[in-house]
Amino acid sequence: MQSNIPHIGLFIPCYIDQFYPNVAIATLELLEKLGCKVTYPLGQTCCGQPMANAGFEIETKGTTEKFIKDFAEFDYIVAPSGSCVLHIKEHQPHLKKLAKNQQYVQSKIFELSEFITDVLRIESIEGSFPHKIGFHSSCHGLRGLRLASDTERNDKEYNKVHQLMKELKGMEWVELTRKDECCGFGGTFSVTEEAVSVQMGKDRIADHMDKGVEIIVGGDMSCLMHMQGITIRDKENVQLMHFAEVLNQALS
Amino acid sequence: MSHPANAALFLKDQSRAKWHDETLWIVRQKRDLTIHQIPEWEQLRDLASQIKEHTLSKLDFYLEELERNATANGIKVHWAENAAEHNEIIGRIIDEKNCTAIVKSKSILTEECHLNPFLEAKGIEVVDTDLGERIIQFLKQPPSHIVMPAIHLKKSDISDIFHEKLQTEKGNIDPVYLTQAARLHLREKFLQAKVAITGVNFGVAETGEFVVCTNEGNADMGVHIADTHIACMGIEKLIPRRKDLGIFLRLLARSATGQSITNYNSHFRSPAPGKELHLILVNNGRTKQLGREKFRNSLKCIRCGACMNTCPIYRRSGGFSYGSTVPGPIGSILSPGIDLKKYSTLPFASTLCGSCSDVCPVKINIHEQLYEWRQEITKAQGTSAKGIAMKLANGLFQSPLAYRLSGKAMRASLKNLPNSVIYNPLNVWGKSRDLPPVPTETFKEWYKKNKK
Repeated sequence: MQSNIPHIGLFIPCYIDQFYPNVAIATLELLEKLGCKVTYPLGQTCCGQPMANAGFEIETKGTTEKFIKDFAEFDYIVAPSGSCVLHIKEHQPHLKKLAKNQQYVQSKIFELSEFITDVLRIESIEGSFPHKIGFHSSCHGLRGLRLASDTERNDKEYNKVHQLMKELKGMEWVELTRKDECCGFGGTFSVTEEAVSVQMGKDRIADHMDKGVEIIVGGDMSCLMHMQGITIRDKENVQLMHFAEVLNQALS
Repeated sequence: MSHPANAALFLKDQSRAKWHDETLWIVRQKRDLTIHQIPEWEQLRDLASQIKEHTLSKLDFYLEELERNATANGIKVHWAENAAEHNEIIGRIIDEKNCTAIVKSKSILTEECHLNPFLEAKGIEVVDTDLGERIIQFLKQPPSHIVMPAIHLKKSDISDIFHEKLQTEKGNIDPVYLTQAARLHLREKFLQAKVAITGVNFGVAETGEFVVCTNEGNADMGVHIADTHIACMGIEKLIPRRKDLGIFLRLLARSATGQSITNYNSHFRSPAPGKELHLILVNNGRTKQLGREKFRNSLKCIRCGACMNTCPIYRRSGGFSYGSTVPGPIGSILSPGIDLKKYSTLPFASTLCGSCSDVCPVKINIHEQLYEWRQEITKAQGTSAKGIAMKLANGLFQSPLAYRLSGKAMRASLKNLPNSVIYNPLNVWGKSRDLPPVPTETFKEWYKKNKK
């Protein structure tokens, strides 16, 4: 291995490990195709977000300590989830004895699309993906990590995933009526506020279906899992994919 | 008070819930259109946020400046520590004037202090003159939104109410016709009232004046006819200088309704000859909130309601589901400060999507404060079932082996158990959603086989 190749610690959120291994494999393969050296630390578990968002940040000290120890040795940490990355950056409980390493981990962790556009400085991915897609902008990536401009603020328009996908041959990117409304997953919210959560998910899916979308593409499997749960139950004829799968497929 | 239960009830009437969501979404879209015509919009938000930050850091100083200058202008300034004092001050003034009927222009503060029932118990007729307020007053309902108090009602509902209360034609839903009927009815009330009450949008320390923003002109109509004007102001509604209004007035209406400015921005500086002007400065828990570092800047709020219009939960659960005077995201960070136990479900009535923080014209980090309230609430609740589950989860995620085993057990059971067991009534997730199909192996297993 050349020394100027960054060594990436691959962080795979627990529900992706358990339910969506293909998304993790696509992330790994995509990063390797883009010339990165990638290691998946086998001892990793969860970032602690589900607990913290439920009001138990204080109970995530052990999980946090473990996370920092697993990942402090890498040049970068990359994850296919805006939500988990935001948690590491903003909601980990502060650990005094690991302060230096914690700061390092928090400054070196990137969501997959921002790592490719901002660190690897890749303008767009070349390949083919002949499908009509609708993009689901997950809130934590959108408004937390600012992976795209949102409709609330008066900013210049941009979208890092769109930037990467825009050159794909045959791909049609559909404009939604409500471009960046939340899907209603929200971690424990999906269970504690079940009625609103499901209604939000149904509304989001309907927006894609109205536009004739074949595949709903997103950057957070948690949102997609929630929406997939509804599309399967309601027998909606639409697929859901992580953009890592799209890009990895397009590149091969 | 449980938000989830109220929300589920609201969603039972599917077509009405959809209508509610779409109606408020239109307001949000109007707001989007108008803010994109202002290239310096984000700068305005920054400035407004900084001015409020500064004001809150010297609140005592500016309040005393306001009192001094207002008094010099001939305004009678009162201080109310809480809702009861606020109501008593108003009751006393009304008694002095031998007044039995008053008109009031929308003031969420008087809602917060429950002024109407207090005055009604004293035998005083209170007429809310804002059209939306008057409609819900007929129904004996509280406002469901702080700017559009009757937004939960359709034209046909209002037609029915007016038919009963104002004897309009049954079934006539023409807004012009209905508004005309309300006008005639209110005109009579305006002419009878000797005392008029209003809220305050901005108190200006430098000049000792205050500003009331309305669209209907009802506040002005009320106070110009009455001999006595009582204005009720939360102590956070303060700005240092008159020129700061150039920022706040541009932000307020655009954020609230998408208008470039409210129709009436009336400055009240001194009483007209022979008349009285009172200003009540109300604390009612605000200094307590000021003392809470993480929640202090919730006091920057200028009550535009934009966070309600944008909130995907508010739009689908309605204002009443929150059970608090101020509903929606901002209410969910203000209310727990008033009664943590009563409002403990409100900070959880959010996906933390952050839309509220990004529409907020004074840049309150609403969704981050919701997150912080969650931490406070679980601490205050002590050991709970959820707490124990979370402790277990932390133990689980600390140990790779335990994580692997429990993941394996969960995946195995999902694979092998019949659907009737997986989708039992205790599985809330599965009521309207399937669980993801279970893959043959985890990524970890795949990685060990293929990459190690």
